[in-house]
Amino acid sequence: MFNSVVESLAGVGRFSIDKLAGFGKASIVLFHALVVWPQFRTNTRLVINQLYSLGVKSLLIVAVSGLFIGMVLGLQGYTILVDFGSEQSVGQMVALSLVRELAPVVTALLFAGRAGSALTAEIGLMKATEQLASLEMIGVDPLRRIVAPRLWGGFICMPILSMIFAIVGVYGGALVSVEWLGVYSGSFWSVMQSAVDFYDDVLNGIIKAIVFGFVITWIAVYQGMESVPTSEGIAQATTRTVVYSSLMILALDFVLTALMFGGF
Amino acid sequence: MAHSNNIIEVRNLRFSRGKRVIFKDVSLDIPKGKITAIMGPSGTGKTTLLKMIGGQLTPDAGSVSVFDKNVHQLPRNALFSLRKKMGMLFQSGALFSDMSTFDNVAFPLKVNTDLDDQLIRAVVLMKLQSVGLRGAAQLMPSELSGGMARRVALARAIALDPEIVMYDEPFAGQDPIGMGVLVSLIKKLNQSLGHTSVIISHDIQETLNIADYICILADGEVVATGSADEIRQSKSAQVQQFINGHPDGPVSFHYPAPDLIQQLMNRSN
Repeated sequence: MFNSVVESLAGVGRFSIDKLAGFGKASIVLFHALVVWPQFRTNTRLVINQLYSLGVKSLLIVAVSGLFIGMVLGLQGYTILVDFGSEQSVGQMVALSLVRELAPVVTALLFAGRAGSALTAEIGLMKATEQLASLEMIGVDPLRRIVAPRLWGGFICMPILSMIFAIVGVYGGALVSVEWLGVYSGSFWSVMQSAVDFYDDVLNGIIKAIVFGFVITWIAVYQGMESVPTSEGIAQATTRTVVYSSLMILALDFVLTALMFGGF
Repeated sequence: MAHSNNIIEVRNLRFSRGKRVIFKDVSLDIPKGKITAIMGPSGTGKTTLLKMIGGQLTPDAGSVSVFDKNVHQLPRNALFSLRKKMGMLFQSGALFSDMSTFDNVAFPLKVNTDLDDQLIRAVVLMKLQSVGLRGAAQLMPSELSGGMARRVALARAIALDPEIVMYDEPFAGQDPIGMGVLVSLIKKLNQSLGHTSVIISHDIQETLNIADYICILADGEVVATGSADEIRQSKSAQVQQFINGHPDGPVSFHYPAPDLIQQLMNRSN
């Protein structure tokens, strides 16, 4: 009895130490990669490459998802608001839902699935094929050459993708509610304009997107660097990236929403 | 402090992976300007030793000095500077899969020197010519055979004319012609440029023919050191079994396991 209690306590201790050590290692990776800031200018080409592979290649899935989510919001908003005779406010509902919540959160979830998993798999494969080790032996720090441009790429891409999501979503909402369901176009746009505040809504949404972008790329590159260099190990690391990123996005969204809109 | 004649000094190295002891107590010297071969049965930690010399792995105890500097006590930036004086040919080749053969060889020159593009092009073509792959300059790594990829990796490892070149299985996957060319290339690089070469290889005859100094590792220890002739004439049963490829002897071919008959009769694993 006593032994099993000690065993379980030891298990909890081991688990906590492992997680803490993992967080410490991830912080070291982040620190070394971001101390590279002075090299940012010379490595601009690498960052631009990452903007392309992380951002431009995610554009289609983000834009299409934004369009459909905006259309669903327009449809749902209209069917609810029309019962109260306030269907003219559907523009406000669509815009606030998108700008404050759905654009940063759904874009981040899509980004984690599309770009985060690709980042982990790419870095994991580079590790498995000794490309990271050979970079080290050539005298090039992989944290600066491989990790830093990807972190900056994700950091820059996410808010832009989130804004595109919101813009396309608003047009999707307008398409359904104005063009299809016959909401008066003037009131759709003017109610939206008067209800959405740049600092309280748009800027807070962008801040959320920046935080999510940062967390996703950090998790993705760390999981890639720490992956077991086998096909199974890389598959597990890729799964972990998507799972951890998704959970972190949802948890951080609550924290940020509470701070931004919760009146704290 | 390292002796001036030794470019690499390994002292009382101990290293384990989990419960498996790789090095019990390894000490060896690698003399400057010579070809040193590190040999031994599979799984004795030869590649691990190269990674420790390059500072990619940290030992549990002991020290590795390169150019009189303890590799594992150097700050990160100093370690990366030190590595610019070393070249390493990895077992897998480790070519960058998103770059062509030419760009792979040009990469160390582009990131570590201020040479202009024309000069880099000339150096890359000469290095590729020396490994017989100038004609494959525009191919991607996925279009190369295993042996060709290793030759490109060799051209990349010597692109900066480093003072130390470490070769991990340079002859694996080479046809007899390729092997002959590589053997003479390693010898030539050593003689003409004064490189210090560290070779890990299982090709006994080729390695004994070019190595000035041989070190045989087994069971986590150095079991023999000396010139090729000294190794050939060694009285150690382990050394004789290894260089003559005898299946029976002190070095077991089999990974430790229970008795075969007992295991076959037993229903459990």
